[in-house]
Amino acid sequence: MTRAELLADDPLWLILIKVVVVLLIGPLLTVFMIVWERKAIGRLQQRPGPNRVGPGGYFQSIADAIKLPFKEQIIPATADRKVYFLAPMIAVTPALLAFSVMPIGPQVSIFGEQTVLQLVDLPVGVLVVLACASVGVYGIVLAGWSSGSPYPLLGGLRSAAQVISYEIAMGLSIVGVVLYAQSLSTGDIVEAQQNGWFFYLLPFSFVIYLISMVGETNRAPFDLPEAESELVGGFHTEYSSMKFALFFLAEYTNMIVVSAFATTLFLGGWMAPWPISLIGDNYFNSGWWPILWFFGKMFVLLFCFIWLRATLPRFRYDQFMKIGWKVLVPLNLVWIVLIAGLRAIRGESDVTTGQILTYGGIVILVIIGLSFAFDRGRVIEDDDQVPITGGGYPVPPLDLEIPKAPKRKAVRGRNRRRPAAVGAGTDAEKESNDGDL
Amino acid sequence: MITLAQDVQNTMSTGESIAFWVLGPLALFGALGMIFARNAVHSALFLVLTMLSLGVTYMVQQAPFLGFVQIIVYTGAVMMLFLFVLMLVGKDSSDSVVEVLRGQRLAATILGVGLAALIVTAIARSLTEVTPVGLQGVEANGGHGNVENLGRSIFTDWLFAFELTSALLITAAVGAMVLGFVDRHTRGRKTQRELVEMRFRGEHDRPSPLPGPGVFATSTSVATPALLPDGSVAPESLSRLIDSVGAEDLDEEREAITGSAHGAEARALNPSTREGESS
Repeated sequence: MTRAELLADDPLWLILIKVVVVLLIGPLLTVFMIVWERKAIGRLQQRPGPNRVGPGGYFQSIADAIKLPFKEQIIPATADRKVYFLAPMIAVTPALLAFSVMPIGPQVSIFGEQTVLQLVDLPVGVLVVLACASVGVYGIVLAGWSSGSPYPLLGGLRSAAQVISYEIAMGLSIVGVVLYAQSLSTGDIVEAQQNGWFFYLLPFSFVIYLISMVGETNRAPFDLPEAESELVGGFHTEYSSMKFALFFLAEYTNMIVVSAFATTLFLGGWMAPWPISLIGDNYFNSGWWPILWFFGKMFVLLFCFIWLRATLPRFRYDQFMKIGWKVLVPLNLVWIVLIAGLRAIRGESDVTTGQILTYGGIVILVIIGLSFAFDRGRVIEDDDQVPITGGGYPVPPLDLEIPKAPKRKAVRGRNRRRPAAVGAGTDAEKESNDGDL
Repeated sequence: MITLAQDVQNTMSTGESIAFWVLGPLALFGALGMIFARNAVHSALFLVLTMLSLGVTYMVQQAPFLGFVQIIVYTGAVMMLFLFVLMLVGKDSSDSVVEVLRGQRLAATILGVGLAALIVTAIARSLTEVTPVGLQGVEANGGHGNVENLGRSIFTDWLFAFELTSALLITAAVGAMVLGFVDRHTRGRKTQRELVEMRFRGEHDRPSPLPGPGVFATSTSVATPALLPDGSVAPESLSRLIDSVGAEDLDEEREAITGSAHGAEARALNPSTREGESS
């Protein structure tokens, strides 16, 4: 039986179990993600991170989750109350919905009932995730507008422009996958990766998807809608208590959804990774094992989110939009034309791979040659250029050489000699805003 | 023919009718709310509700692709841009009752009645003359899936119409960009480099910014003027808004800085250290 037939066969109790599990994945992983992010960023910044509640501090976000709803709720006098109440719910609901089309595993037996580990396998499953993302932005935009103050409004406007722009890049990178898998259904896309995962068959699509998924979820270094250094808190500046918690939940669930989606599209979904797939005639690719691979791949991507946030500074807004529209979208279009052309040529029976490589190489050489030919006249010395340095005015020269940084070893030694008085107080202050519930 | 149509209609499943009776009133409520809402953003939100209900109705009617594209394109992108503009306009701007275009109410009435007549005829025709085709199971949409069939008919049978539409859309997009694009140079804004070169060419008063007040040199007050290397007051550092400290009050500090005072050191800027020396 195909996946769709197996799913259509599900009794009602099984569907209810799956619905509950799918709805719980988001919140539970969010609770884990928050504490994991704070711990990981802490380690990356050479401090322990939260270490008081539970073993190793890993119960910190449970404590926070209990505390947050009981905080006082402050509603600004200028707020548009109805929309202000509605916005957090609009942000959360689509994020939780999107997980329903993710294929978490192959055929298994639950209480004697044969089924697939997926809630629903729509023929347009890929579009469901995009639709959920595009409805989810309403929450952020309306939150910004209904707060009735300028900083949240700016955050909301930024978010609208950002998510629409990056959704185009994201949608275009999915086109390549759909072209190769010849289906829009997420289950079929995973099945189509039996002979090769799409991340190395479609490297450009994968890289562009990774960049645009960070932009789409408003995460650092693209977290401009909530840029703390520019907009206080961005769209959620005026939110507190449970409503703020809902925005938190929406952001992390969105991260989890796009990571799961990337796993499905490019990383072979629930299939076992290469060396393991050789063991026992692909034994680990059947039964309940694939859940492990699916979530493992997802957690690798989620760790990349954390890693990016700890490493990269925030982008400037105009540069960020420029990357989206002037680099990612055109590159993606060229790439789609290229793979579509390649597929069309390979469809012809009398063309061999050698011929494709030869002619492709010639075309690339011609392009490189042309780029050299046109590039030569680029740097033209301006005769009436004003000399900016050397006029007796104290200006650093343009070719200023930056002195070399002192060796790390020496610095570390000096630190060791200093008394270790820098205690938990400064560490707690260093905690990022997002992680500080 | 009519009896056949009614046969198919009668087989509407319970789920379908439940979906219709939930989504239909919702869509209608959204449409009415859009017209009667006082606030422009609320109007837009009601329209979003209508579009979402329509999208879900399409999905229930075995057109999942159309339904999700409706949500992604119309709800997600087009209405979001509407909302974007409305939010920029401001929340306090309300409807203006003054008629700006002459005769627009008359034209709107005529066109509205015409549209209503068209819709009524279309619905009447679909109820009486068109034969509904069952779209159930694997055989939905004529043997292939919904998406495959749509793709096939768009890119084979209706290719020319599709290409014309996309050309029209591209023209509109390029037109909007041409109309909206303002060249930086025609607006008189210059790049950072151009500004630097202008400064050094002497087109501005001075190549550098104005000197700040002498706050940190001798006191903690912004009213303190900055001192030039020779000890004289830098006139550009005097604020037009704040009464500056009299120049003679600063003589002592100036002597200290220039080194002409007795026993002054380079670091002896603090009055307390001077007192210590004198005692």
